[in-house]
Amino acid sequence: MDFNDTPEEAAFREEARDWLEANVPTREELEGLDEIEASKLWQKRKYDAGWACIRWPEEYGGRGASPIEQVIWNQEEGKFSTPGGVFGIGQGMAAPTLMAWASDEHKRKHLPPLASGEHIWCQLFSEPAGGSDLAALRTRAEKDGDEWVINGQKIWTSGAHYSDYGIIVVRTDPTVPKHKGLSYFFLDMKSPGIDIRPIKQISGGANFNEVYFNDVRIPDDQRLGAVGQGWQVALTTLMNERLAIGAGGMGGGVGFRQMFNLAHKLTIDGEPAIKDRNVRAKLASWYAEETGLKYTGYRALSALSRGDTPGPENSIGKLVGASKTQDMASFAMDLLELSGAISDPAYAEAHGMYQATFMGAPGSRIAGGSDEIMLNILAERVLGLPQDVRVDKGIPFNEVPTGR
Amino acid sequence: MNFEFSDEQNLLREQALGFLQEQCPYSAVRAILDGDAPYDEKLWKQIAELGWTAVVIPEAHGGLGLSYLELSVIAEELGRAVAPVPFSSSVYLATEAILMAGSEAQKEKWLPKLATGDAIGTFALGEGPGQPRPETLATVATANGISGVKIPVADGDIADFAVVVARSDTGDGARLFLAELDGATREPVGTLDPTRSHAQITFEDSAAEPLGVNGEGWTTTQRLLDRAAVLFAWEQVGGANAALEMAKAYALERYAFGRPIASYQAIKHKLAQAYVKNTLARANCYYGAWALSTDADELPTAAATARVSATQAYYYASKENIQTHGGMGFTWEFDCQFHYRRAKLLSVNIGSEATWQDKLITAIERDGSAVARDSAGAESL
Repeated sequence: MDFNDTPEEAAFREEARDWLEANVPTREELEGLDEIEASKLWQKRKYDAGWACIRWPEEYGGRGASPIEQVIWNQEEGKFSTPGGVFGIGQGMAAPTLMAWASDEHKRKHLPPLASGEHIWCQLFSEPAGGSDLAALRTRAEKDGDEWVINGQKIWTSGAHYSDYGIIVVRTDPTVPKHKGLSYFFLDMKSPGIDIRPIKQISGGANFNEVYFNDVRIPDDQRLGAVGQGWQVALTTLMNERLAIGAGGMGGGVGFRQMFNLAHKLTIDGEPAIKDRNVRAKLASWYAEETGLKYTGYRALSALSRGDTPGPENSIGKLVGASKTQDMASFAMDLLELSGAISDPAYAEAHGMYQATFMGAPGSRIAGGSDEIMLNILAERVLGLPQDVRVDKGIPFNEVPTGR
Repeated sequence: MNFEFSDEQNLLREQALGFLQEQCPYSAVRAILDGDAPYDEKLWKQIAELGWTAVVIPEAHGGLGLSYLELSVIAEELGRAVAPVPFSSSVYLATEAILMAGSEAQKEKWLPKLATGDAIGTFALGEGPGQPRPETLATVATANGISGVKIPVADGDIADFAVVVARSDTGDGARLFLAELDGATREPVGTLDPTRSHAQITFEDSAAEPLGVNGEGWTTTQRLLDRAAVLFAWEQVGGANAALEMAKAYALERYAFGRPIASYQAIKHKLAQAYVKNTLARANCYYGAWALSTDADELPTAAATARVSATQAYYYASKENIQTHGGMGFTWEFDCQFHYRRAKLLSVNIGSEATWQDKLITAIERDGSAVARDSAGAESL
């Protein structure tokens, strides 16, 4: 058992670090760019030098790196402050699905622009009537020659307004039980008939959208998997979504380190807060959760490098991480006492990071599988406990009772 | 990176698991709970014959000279079996103290006997309610040895010798003694977990020889507890997984309202949460095992991390195991009590959850770089 880099890994780490030191965009370079422009600048620079999506095959824009090299890269890139975030869904969820299910032609056409940051993708899964029960989605697709005509509404679509492409699950047959009547496509988000409306969140931001489809046409050749196989294809995407969110992408900047530093800075009864037993107890528990997730990831990596499939342990990341982030942000505001209420970046501690995280955290606990769904998945797929009673089981979708 | 046990170590795990299923079923634990024997002597002899007591003792002293990874594997299985034997006292604490601080003569005298299980050692720190500190210790050196009262001492009623922490006027305020216990007064003390016997030991100018340097006793004690914490944490993780398995088995066979209670989300979510806590604790224990086996600088941080999460995991799994069993879980007849008892015993045996949380933050404060390194950001797949 060891954490030491092998000579090859050490060489790779040095190469990555050298490149990052020379190429991470400076503040001046990013001056005046919005998030998307800044992200695209950094992504393109990585792509041109062969440092984008490094685990992907070379022909798709990667460098065929091993899992351990990906981790080393993440560790080294994580030491810098770099723009990013808008490519997560495309690179982390759409791409693995394309790799598993798309034709070679589509892969050659669509994967390189995903790696270079030229194209941004979004995910059109959830609907007003299909969230946790995703397979209850109602958006219809009807075949018309070589095309499908889409009508319906999607919701909670991150980045739909700036995306070039989207992945979508639709109902192609309402007369069979719900999981069997679904099909999976990708589509051009500039297609006629798409109407995108932002949803204002409790955090004040509008990262999500409602997306309306009014006779939107998708070529049949953009179908992934067979007609009726959409659920299976969607599972590929969902597993990757949970990995991506679990990696901390949604959590904001609040972690043990921030809490540790904050507790040194603030006081309780005239003493540094870090001396308070209650503060220490909470910090210690969060630290143990963070390292527990980290070393669980290391165990998965060890399995990968041996050529084994990692166990299901990885799916705990989002479940643990989202709640922990919420609790930490809440506790940070407690430590700030009266000032904890201030969210105005001009006055707030850390420019309002704790308050913003607090208001964003409820979303992390719901997005990509709510806490309750994650627990169901662990209970059923990992522990092997039986499914809850499902009154819609085996019933044609159009005969399933619906609520409001 | 290779963050996994080796094939040989996993084979050892399988053997240990098979042996304990055979020789230490819950009925064997119950025999100690209900009977007068302080521990399962037959099981102890078998364990010693298998060499488990000899794992980390050097070959020159009659041991196997294997690593703490092997010992971690055994600890997890003993924890899973709730084994009623003085393994933690004798192996993680007494043997370890002699390995750390013993003179050559002390090693020659005791290690071979500890390796064969012919001698049982223990560690005597506590002197009553509250957190032990050097300045609060009343046990002191005397003309012929030591005087003082130690309570509770795990396995103090059956051990041949104890490593005793006594107050000192010099250095860090403490010194260690190695005291053979035939000259001391011992009284068994009932504890929360009768499957692990405890005693009060009274020394009255009783024979004892110094172990290690006077004035370094407290530092040695802290290092000893850090090392033992990793192994205690493995026992806790083993127990936590056994408690989860027990709850799961019952939830699958128990029906209510026409279906297994395992199909209700209230039960599923409880068990899934236990799985999450156990998984986190286990991953931290891997890190602890690595730090212990390599004598890494991070050992204090790694040990406290493993200890905190294993303590939390076992407490949760053991109490929710009873809850899942409903009223039957509260009966003497059912086996749920073994884990509930052992979870709390292990959690206070070498310092409470709060104590280890405090130690963890202290260790991180000492090793500022650990914060930077361990929280560098999203390190993941």
